[in-house]
Amino acid sequence: MTLLEQNWHDIGAETDIPLRGARCVKIEGRTLAIFRTMDGSLFAIDDACPHKKGPLRDGIVHGHAVTCPLHNWVINLETGEAQGEDHGKTATYQTRLQQGRLQIYLPKPTGQEMRAAG
Amino acid sequence: MTAKKKLVVIGNGMAPGRVLETLYADDSAAWETVIFNAEPRVNYNRIMLSPVLSGEKSYDDIIIHDETWYQTHNITLHKGQKITAIDRAAQTVTSESGLVESYDRLLIATGSSPFILPVPGKDLPGVVTYRDLDDVNAMLEAAKTQKHAVVIGGGLLGLEAAAGLKAQGMTVTVLHLMPTLMERQLDASAGYLLEREMRRRDIDVITKANTHALLGEDKVEAVKLDDGREIPADLVVMAVGIRPNAALAKEAGLAVQRGLIVNDQMETSDPKIFAVGECVEHRGLCYGLVAPLYEMATTIASQLKGDKSASYTGSVTSTKLKVTGVDLFSAGDFAEEEGREEIVLRDAAQSIYKRLVLKDNKIIGVVLYGDTGDGPWFFQLLKDQTDISDLRETLIFGQNFAGSAPLDPMAAVAALPDEAEICGCNGISKGMVVQAITEKGLTRLDDVRAHTKASSSCGSCTGQVEKLLAATLGQSYNPNAVKPLCGCTDLDHETVRQEIFAQKLTSIPAVMQALEWKSSCGCAKCRPALNYYLLSSWPGIYEDDYQSRFINERVHANIQKDGTFSVVPRMWGGITNANELRAIADVVDKYNIPTVKVTGGQRIDLLGVKKEDLLPVWADLNAAGMVSGHAYSKGLRTVKTCVGTDWCRFGTQDSTGLGIKLEKLLWGSWTPHKLKLAVTGCPRNCAEATCKDIGVVCIDGGYDIHIGGAAGMQVRETDLLCHVKSEAEVLEYAAAITQLYRRQGHYLERIYKWSQRVGLDVIKATLVDDAKSRQALAADFEYSQKFDRHDPWAERVQGKHRHQFTPLRDDTVLEAAE
Repeated sequence: MTLLEQNWHDIGAETDIPLRGARCVKIEGRTLAIFRTMDGSLFAIDDACPHKKGPLRDGIVHGHAVTCPLHNWVINLETGEAQGEDHGKTATYQTRLQQGRLQIYLPKPTGQEMRAAG
Repeated sequence: MTAKKKLVVIGNGMAPGRVLETLYADDSAAWETVIFNAEPRVNYNRIMLSPVLSGEKSYDDIIIHDETWYQTHNITLHKGQKITAIDRAAQTVTSESGLVESYDRLLIATGSSPFILPVPGKDLPGVVTYRDLDDVNAMLEAAKTQKHAVVIGGGLLGLEAAAGLKAQGMTVTVLHLMPTLMERQLDASAGYLLEREMRRRDIDVITKANTHALLGEDKVEAVKLDDGREIPADLVVMAVGIRPNAALAKEAGLAVQRGLIVNDQMETSDPKIFAVGECVEHRGLCYGLVAPLYEMATTIASQLKGDKSASYTGSVTSTKLKVTGVDLFSAGDFAEEEGREEIVLRDAAQSIYKRLVLKDNKIIGVVLYGDTGDGPWFFQLLKDQTDISDLRETLIFGQNFAGSAPLDPMAAVAALPDEAEICGCNGISKGMVVQAITEKGLTRLDDVRAHTKASSSCGSCTGQVEKLLAATLGQSYNPNAVKPLCGCTDLDHETVRQEIFAQKLTSIPAVMQALEWKSSCGCAKCRPALNYYLLSSWPGIYEDDYQSRFINERVHANIQKDGTFSVVPRMWGGITNANELRAIADVVDKYNIPTVKVTGGQRIDLLGVKKEDLLPVWADLNAAGMVSGHAYSKGLRTVKTCVGTDWCRFGTQDSTGLGIKLEKLLWGSWTPHKLKLAVTGCPRNCAEATCKDIGVVCIDGGYDIHIGGAAGMQVRETDLLCHVKSEAEVLEYAAAITQLYRRQGHYLERIYKWSQRVGLDVIKATLVDDAKSRQALAADFEYSQKFDRHDPWAERVQGKHRHQFTPLRDDTVLEAAE
């Protein structure tokens, strides 16, 4: 699948997100949490823990993971999957930096992609 | 080198887990092992499900083998893969998803299934069994939203489930078919005491209750009994017994009666197939307790290692109930029969009941209720068939009395013979524990657990094992030795804090570097702890790391289940006025705040505030002169007061005024855990000062200062620290107590736990007996308050940490504007 340029959305400056922190983004009917980890990596995932929909943007960020503020599920930011013995997955989105601006990829399925997915 | 032979295991419970652990203990296993587990997880301690249900333990605490263990031993574990067929001729097994695996030896460990009463409604949603972690999770989930639980079955599992659900806040009714509880393990007298204890805990017990039907349309709503009674139920737990799971084996043509039949070598009717655990029938008996299963497991491991002489000849079992605060022990046969004698001891006031059943001067049955300390000793006499003629007169008083040894629990353990059983679950004797301690140089409980398994299953012999450690090591045993702060370090709270101070570490990265943290940037457990230790060690120097704080302390409000927040403005000493109330009413209207609640700390909680509204809500409250109540912080919460001499005809001092002064002194400070105070105007104690972290009780001519109360998960009355004459002294003491606690308390340790750990005498010596040290502590507290005694709400209204409160991009605002 090729990434379509029009599906990349400009979100804000990289530095608007604190290191080991997150910000909330409401876009196209979705609520996402954008994370900036200790090593400067950026991650975008649905702002809802697979357990009880806890707001992951409010969790404590450590390594490439966030601990949900409601019941301490630990979610891997790379895969969106719950770690340890908890099971569940939160949707993840691709991110990129363009001259210090953070962009995320929100797929709008094309006809071809929809057929492939269906 | 010859190729390894393949062992396939069906089931991954505690019994096969023990087989593999024993088999792989010395790294020389000649087997390549493949496990198929129908449950989607690793091997965990099923006996400890009850503490998970009651909230005393978490799943993590009860894992026996983690993923690494399987990797280390090169064992393939198929999780969530149920085996549906065994082809004995081809020596293969087939899983539900079509996976086929061949074996040289097969081990069947399919366990047991809960027995489901064949009554109408048994399949309704809300009806669960009590068998595995999924059941526990289902119950915990139900307890969050549902009210009434009915447990069918007053046996071991049923009562543990009932106590757990009660601890989770449900109303609980236990239905039991027989006239007394746990009739298979207890006689009628002990059953009665147990029933009384259940009632005391507000668990309703209905005996001789025959379930007729489960009622309900879309989900279970009630249980109907044969006598027509209906008991409302949102959750029904069936705990009426288990039956061996031998269907798979039967289909494969193996000999099955009640369970899957094995011989003393633990072989089924096909010598290539072993079986272990609750699915097994051995010499006509099926076992449901862990000790015999472990004995079977040891036999199989020996067989697999080539020791053909290894055999299992059956077990004598004993039972303990794992409900916190209920001490109960039973073993053997205690029915009344011709030729049997009994010795009974009752102490009604203390609810103690002990009964020994004797035959031919030997103990054949033991029932203990209320005091089970001598259980292992009696059990040993029973198993050894010891002639007790010489002990008989004092036998019932226990071992201390029998040997006329001193009444000292340590001496009792020391006096046990080497072969005395300490851990019934794992069959570990005193001699084995002592040998491991001395030969392997063990110093900690966890080490003993790792090397011998003693006290690692149900944990009820932990006290005995600790005493053995103490008796063996003498002075050098420190029961509080190193409990690592979290998985990121091997160091405990105390060491970390001392090193922060000694090495003058002033940032989290510096601590992690100097103390060799094992993770790159910590975890959600250690980061808040480190932040607190740094903050309390270096006031004015350390820069608070908000990203290491829990969300509540980052946004100065309490997160709720739906992601909204609750806002509690401070009401000094619980006093408010029309102006404040009007401002509160106005923000409730203006921001559509759904719930307004009066708290137990004498103030008002605004619940359901959207994160984006926090700043404007605070701005309005600030404008009316109100500040943050810190209802979210590990710091001073409230100072509860009564009206004292202002209004009360019994008041002896100005308790309200003193409460306000205390609150103004302490507010804004960060402490290891939350800090709640109360000042009450007379010993009638209307402000409930004697269950607070610090409580002041006013009396004629002075003030009693108390510390270490609790009224949460634990309820504890305060200890009297001292008596003083003036308000000024109360304030100095409060500052000094708080500072000492800030300096010594471990993160998330309340004052009562700190006080129990370091000792009230030590605290008294520092604070009461040594005026200089008290004054110095109070001065240090005042210094740190310079940086902390301010309103975090006002700061944020003015712009601090704006990013915490606003989305980075919010298209919904744009859309609304359009």
